Amino acid sequence: MSAATSPEVLDVLCPMHLVLDSEGIITHAGPTAQKLRPEMDLVGLPFMEAFTVMRPRGITTLAQLWAARHLKLHLEMSGTPPARLKGVLAPDGQGDAIVNLSFGISILDGVRDYALTNADFAATDLAIEMLYLVEAKSAAMEASRKLNLRLQGAKNAAEEQAYTDTLTGLKNRRALDHLLEQLLAADAAFAVMHIDLDYFKAVNDTLGHAAGDHVLQVVATAMIEETRGTDTVARVGGDEFTVILPQVNDIDVLERVGRRIIERIEVPIPFNDALCEISASIGTVWIQSSKSATRETVMEDADIALYASKNEGRARQTMYTPELRESANATTPPKGRSDRSS
Amino acid sequence: MHGLINRSFQNYMTDNYGKDAWLRVAAKANVSPPEFEAMLTYDDSVTPAVLDAMGGVLGRPRGEIMEDIGAYLVSHPNTEAVRRLLRFGGVNFEDFLHSLDDLPDRAQMAVSDLHLPSIELHGHADGNFSLICDSPLAGFGHLMMGVLRVMADDYGVLALLELEEVADGTEIVRIQMVAADYADGRVFDLGARAS
Repeated sequence: MSAATSPEVLDVLCPMHLVLDSEGIITHAGPTAQKLRPEMDLVGLPFMEAFTVMRPRGITTLAQLWAARHLKLHLEMSGTPPARLKGVLAPDGQGDAIVNLSFGISILDGVRDYALTNADFAATDLAIEMLYLVEAKSAAMEASRKLNLRLQGAKNAAEEQAYTDTLTGLKNRRALDHLLEQLLAADAAFAVMHIDLDYFKAVNDTLGHAAGDHVLQVVATAMIEETRGTDTVARVGGDEFTVILPQVNDIDVLERVGRRIIERIEVPIPFNDALCEISASIGTVWIQSSKSATRETVMEDADIALYASKNEGRARQTMYTPELRESANATTPPKGRSDRSS
Repeated sequence: MHGLINRSFQNYMTDNYGKDAWLRVAAKANVSPPEFEAMLTYDDSVTPAVLDAMGGVLGRPRGEIMEDIGAYLVSHPNTEAVRRLLRFGGVNFEDFLHSLDDLPDRAQMAVSDLHLPSIELHGHADGNFSLICDSPLAGFGHLMMGVLRVMADDYGVLALLELEEVADGTEIVRIQMVAADYADGRVFDLGARAS
């Protein structure tokens, strides 16, 4: 054997190597290779007994192994713990052969299972850098993951606390509930208009959701313009809006505002080449003293009035009266919105 | 300055002096909210302000605090990752010292926007070394001295350390290795899994 391939040299350059004689018997094992099986003396064992060649498939004899020289071998070492290794066989030209082994991708399990240290790898081996990188990247990744979770949590909290409907920029149901509670607690006189768009579903169905969203935005702008600065407009459902009008002294004001809103909404809205034609039905409650009212009863009263507008043929406003509630009870009670055709 | 650096100063205060002490520092340094995110970047002026505030709250000079932080970074159980990543650098203490030149590059390999101050090791006769620390952050040499003190112990080496401040703000840690195998040192298990 030449000096270049003497076991001492190989132990330094590739500590996971094995030397096989022409019979395929292991005649020398590098220190790290032997460390994988401390209980089993590798020297003297036939290679094909100590290892199973998983790939290339079908290698079971020495001649086949020799024929696979220079190819990447996927090996499984006998004994425990299971060791899947990569290897390459190179004949030394004098009848012997050297098999160099490596952990490949299973390096992380390898160092743990066999308690390997820096000294078990060749100085030029990238295994240590690989371990360093895996550990450093995992730590950085974990820090980023935690940051993402915190940001996600903050985003959810912010959304939960938000008072704005993101599509239209109007107030949302949360804001509306909050304002209603305030007005009721202050025993204020105010009015609530519950507005439901008519024929909106047809726009969505025929022209698509982009058209629907556009219509909602135009409607939102119209409602802001047709109400007073002190009024609050909220979008409380898909095509449902609620306007709260504080300090209403005259029912005529409500009639006028309602009529203006309906007229504005009935102006056809161009979208691409199409015209979206919708209208609105309104149910209005005027609360002059809120002593016995609760948020639920107010919204229910507005809903009953709205239901009456729908029944009367849409595109109109109805003022809530206790009689409406009785007649509603007598006929079909207002159920969920899904039961109402729009 | 990278959030990882600011965050480690925050952790040092919290782990050693408690949350209230940190909140006092944060208030003094105008850190609001009083929390650094490890994976975000902060304005460079924040870090010196935090260190000054720490000096005020603890009533200790900057250099002393920095050395203490350095020691904390490689010895506290909460920062075990730092010690491990440094131990990957070398099989023994001398090997480790030589790996310090690569530290900024190694750090960037893990977190691409993390810029550590550049450090340079010069070897002299008889186990003497000088570590030249060139950092815009005053006291970085002290911090490295704290790191080296603990790492020498970690490798079981007896070393004498001394800090020299050069006029242009450069800080030099003089290292004299007295005994290379003074003690057993701490075990470094390559395959240990982070919990």
